[in-house]
Amino acid sequence: MPCDAAAVAAAIRAAAAVITTHRDELVRLDQAIGDADHGENLERGFGFVVSSLDGEVPDNPGAVLKLVATTLISKVGGAAGPLYGTAFLRAATALGDAPVLTPESVAAALRAAVGGVVARGKAEVGDKTMVDALTPAADAAEQTAAVAGELAEVLRAAADAAEAGAESTVPLIARKGRASYLGERSVGHLDPGARSSALLLRSFADSAAGA
Amino acid sequence: MKKIVNDPADVVADALRGLAAAHPGLLRVTEDPAVVARADAPVRGKVAVVSGGGSGHEPLHTGFVGPGMLDAACPGAVFTSPTPDQVQAAVSQVDGGAGILLVVKNYTGDVLNFETAAELLAADGVDVRTVVIDDDVAVQDSLYTAGRRGVGGTVPLEKIVGAAAEAGADLDTCERLAGTVIANTRSMGMALTAPTVPHVGEPSFTLAGDEMEVGIGIHGEPGRRRAALADANGIVTALLDPILSDLPFTEGDRVLLFTNSMGGTPLLELYLAHGIAERRLAERGIAVERRLVGPFITSLEMQGMSLTMLRLDDELLRWWDAPVHTPALRWGL
Ligand SMILES: Nc1ncnc2c1ncn2[C@@H]1O[C@H](COP(=O)(O)OP(=O)(O)O)[C@@H](O)[C@H]1O
Ligand SMILES: [Mg+2]
Repeated sequence: MPCDAAAVAAAIRAAAAVITTHRDELVRLDQAIGDADHGENLERGFGFVVSSLDGEVPDNPGAVLKLVATTLISKVGGAAGPLYGTAFLRAATALGDAPVLTPESVAAALRAAVGGVVARGKAEVGDKTMVDALTPAADAAEQTAAVAGELAEVLRAAADAAEAGAESTVPLIARKGRASYLGERSVGHLDPGARSSALLLRSFADSAAGA
Repeated sequence: MKKIVNDPADVVADALRGLAAAHPGLLRVTEDPAVVARADAPVRGKVAVVSGGGSGHEPLHTGFVGPGMLDAACPGAVFTSPTPDQVQAAVSQVDGGAGILLVVKNYTGDVLNFETAAELLAADGVDVRTVVIDDDVAVQDSLYTAGRRGVGGTVPLEKIVGAAAEAGADLDTCERLAGTVIANTRSMGMALTAPTVPHVGEPSFTLAGDEMEVGIGIHGEPGRRRAALADANGIVTALLDPILSDLPFTEGDRVLLFTNSMGGTPLLELYLAHGIAERRLAERGIAVERRLVGPFITSLEMQGMSLTMLRLDDELLRWWDAPVHTPALRWGL
């Protein structure tokens, strides 16, 4: 089945449900090294995204992601709102108005998304942020797309790499965001934004595999 | 969790309705997006001073809206920065044609959301400037952090630029004045207990009966270090020494001393601590010329306190003393 606007919208709805399931986990992770709102922020944001999609399903995948982006930017607040909003916006721009996703276009969109997060937040790999999950995910997606993997395989590779990347934040000292105020005390905790990035990519991979 | 709330998801909206009911004639509160503006806005020909931040720090910022201070405040969700559309809505309500000064506390979320709003406003032809306050000496400003947090110094900053704007100062002057306040303000805070965020339902951290957190922010995040509980003398020393050595404040300086409750510390203890701080400064030959004591930038019901010192000159003193009429600060009017 081709991955068109309807399929992308369905994948976004599924991701919203995953965020709701993991809301408390994300709150607890943020409670340890932040201000206990990451799960709440994302649940609120994706709730508004689902409402927007109830109103209209745009006619190509890029336009769906643009709707996600503008909703997150205008409704979430905090660090995650503008960062995820920018990620989805850059991904949308990379996809243009193509009617369906391809392995290559998804890899390019993911790379653009990471570029957006880095441009806004100025974090590098190793700073203990969502960039630690997203960067290896974009690398893995590109590598898989290059050897002619299918869309579902590209996203599965991205999700695997994002999960490993999120785990890699545990021993790190945070250098960006609220957790950086803790200095050494941030060691031993999983970064909430890295965890939510891995959750979103896993959900997208599951949707692609089921499609 | 025991709190005076109905649905935790509605805490901010419900509280804003109460704020509006409590201050008719002074505030104009609009919902969706949430904005608190002075009732007589826009004031033609005046620079509009707009701030905002997460809720849970009341009276900051909504309680500082009114003549002589803020034209509007954008309250975000509890401990979460407001969104760009809130800032845009606030600006459209208060733009008097002389430019907009955005007062932002230095947190990643606040900076990113205000930055996005400022870009969108500038694209619409609004003359908008942003000042970022980062007065918390508990955090070292280095490549290894998101920089210092904006904490207690936000209160004198909003008071002083608000007064200048009210008196007709232009946007350049307001921006420069904000820079002077930021350069001369330092703060440090501590906690005895953690706050409970309504949508979380449990305390943000736990402290044993004989422990305190030193170098805390205002969002229930743990501090720089956990230490053995000290008496009032020890607590004031732990806050004052890093402030004094950072600027540094030296003999002969004239200062504003702001002793702030984090929400749960009673005034009895706060005055006790303030008295100690005044004595310490007198011993060092630092002249406390103005003071502010009370809960003005809080972290929900957290017990604890912060100290803020602002080095004064005649210009800053004049704007601090100028009339102000807001829910939380009122004098000269
Ligand atoms: N400068 C940054 N660059 C990339 N990601 C960041 C940056 N600052 C924070 N983050 C991410 O945002 C997450 C926190 O999001 P959230 O709790 O929603 O916002 P806030 O920090 O404003 O409370 C962190 O776990 C981290 O992954
Ligand atoms: Mg947070």
